[in-house]
Amino acid sequence: MSTTTSRANATEDDGTPASRPTPKPVAVERRTRSTGWLFVLPFALAFGLFMVWPIVQGLWMSFTDESLTLNGTDFVGFDNYAEAFGDPDVWSSLGNTVFFTVITVVPLVVVALGMALLVHSGLAGQWVWRLAYFAPYLLPVTVVTLIWQWLYQPDLGMANQLLDTLGMEPIGWLSDEKFAMWSIAALTVWWTVGFNFLLYLAALQSIPDQLYEAAALDGAGAWRRLFSVTLPQLSRTTALVGMLQVLASLKVFDQIFILTKGGPNNSTRPILEYIYDVGFTGYRLGYASAISYLFFALIIIISIAQLRFFPRQEG
Amino acid sequence: MSATTTRPRLHPAGGPLNRRRRPKAEPEGAPLLLGHGRLPKVLASGALIIFAALWLLPFVWAIATSFQQEQDVAKPGLNPIKGALTLEPYRVILERGNVPVWAFNSILIAVLVTVITIAISTLAAYGLSRGTFRGRKLLLALTVSSIMVPPQLLIVPLFQEMLAFNLVDTYWAVILPQVVAPMMVFILKRFFDGIPRELEEAARIDGASDLRVFWSIVLPLSRPIVAAVSVFVFIGAWNNFMWPYIVTNDPALMTLPVGLATVKDAYGVVYAQSMASALLAAAPLIIVFLFFQRRIVKSVATTGLGGT
Repeated sequence: MSTTTSRANATEDDGTPASRPTPKPVAVERRTRSTGWLFVLPFALAFGLFMVWPIVQGLWMSFTDESLTLNGTDFVGFDNYAEAFGDPDVWSSLGNTVFFTVITVVPLVVVALGMALLVHSGLAGQWVWRLAYFAPYLLPVTVVTLIWQWLYQPDLGMANQLLDTLGMEPIGWLSDEKFAMWSIAALTVWWTVGFNFLLYLAALQSIPDQLYEAAALDGAGAWRRLFSVTLPQLSRTTALVGMLQVLASLKVFDQIFILTKGGPNNSTRPILEYIYDVGFTGYRLGYASAISYLFFALIIIISIAQLRFFPRQEG
Repeated sequence: MSATTTRPRLHPAGGPLNRRRRPKAEPEGAPLLLGHGRLPKVLASGALIIFAALWLLPFVWAIATSFQQEQDVAKPGLNPIKGALTLEPYRVILERGNVPVWAFNSILIAVLVTVITIAISTLAAYGLSRGTFRGRKLLLALTVSSIMVPPQLLIVPLFQEMLAFNLVDTYWAVILPQVVAPMMVFILKRFFDGIPRELEEAARIDGASDLRVFWSIVLPLSRPIVAAVSVFVFIGAWNNFMWPYIVTNDPALMTLPVGLATVKDAYGVVYAQSMASALLAAAPLIIVFLFFQRRIVKSVATTGLGGT
């Protein structure tokens, strides 16, 4: 650090020379106190403008009858919230979101763990497996939906051609209420499992070899090592992956919005799609905001519950 | 899968049989996950291959379709190659010209989002880690709790904000809201917290300014985590759909995901063309991953996300 003559100094030095005579800790304290806020300033500005302000604005809107069609906005108190609690569409779409979350979280965690264990077991061709499992995660949602729309295409798509070859009746993968949500869940698992897979793979690589060697010396076989070393070492990762996945699945929207718009017969409409419909199609921004905030509250409650459930060890 | 995790079998607890062959069997860095018999390896390989086949199948089907004439695609059958191979769908897509424009927009926007995000996030994370200014705790708490905010919550007010700033249908409308990445700030801050302060103090005694210390000492030490965060910010920006979809109406400003969504209906039944455009949109990131996958896996570990 002998060369201190860069533009860094030009912007930072406020005329106070590095106070040598002062005892070290005090000097450091004082300097950070005077400049620390400059470091956070750009982020704080953007954060305020594009995060805090919209949140506050949206919260305010939820207490009004703001609409895309009406001019003039009135304060309506808790009317929107009261309406939301009595709105059967809120409950049914919330039910769809929860259903989607239930059927995707388990496979997204278990399959990711299985893939990571398999890839980590040292068999040849690592990069092929990693690529195969992770590649879908790199696709934008519209690419995923284009591909799967084609796979699910009723007459010519791969899925029904396969059923046909097996001598079975074709299925309306996205058009039949019984199957649509499952079809979307399958697509979602295929698309996003790669991220969890990577988290597990990284965690596996950070387990020290000595643990396995010690276990092997103690005479632990492969299964024993898996259950007594590997899985316990992964418990923090599993808690993290599970938590992130629950939150991600609750926020499902894009792929459904593109593929089915919530249909058929609203059977795949998640709560976020309903909010979008109310706000952008029904023009009721105030009401849409109120539902968003109720949903946000639910997410916070779930997060807190999860944090309690998996006590966090500071690492 | 089920073969490795869900069926705990009694195993002759590490009989001499197991230990005897250990030294030679393991390939480099092999983690001793498998036993040393032949069977576990065969089972594991089988599971690996089945999973990989399942996961690659949609790609294979899409790629095969994209090299067909439309009239061949319309023939039934489980073999996706139903006629002579052709580049026709790609030629049509590229001649129409939309996809290259959207690809350019996607690259420009993703790069700018990444650069700006990294710049303001590393600075903020360092300030939050070392600073003692008033409101630091509050800002930190707000940042961390905003991680949970569903982005959809912000869309309507953000859109009104962009209208007010007169930014709708500009690159900046797409970029600006995306540079706020509280999760990344948090990850970076946690990393900076772990860097011993002695190094920085030594430099300060030599008269280095805070920014100088940050630039010459802290950032070089943080290269892996900054790389990791950049990768995730880039992927996120490249794939972002909802916000760009709402804030751009001009096809000349659309990103790939948005553009593809708008032409989807216009394509009608031209599946070969739609697969060709999907694959053109998918290719860049997959190629990047191909080259950097080792580093990307490592970088996930360094973000502390996957660490134990």
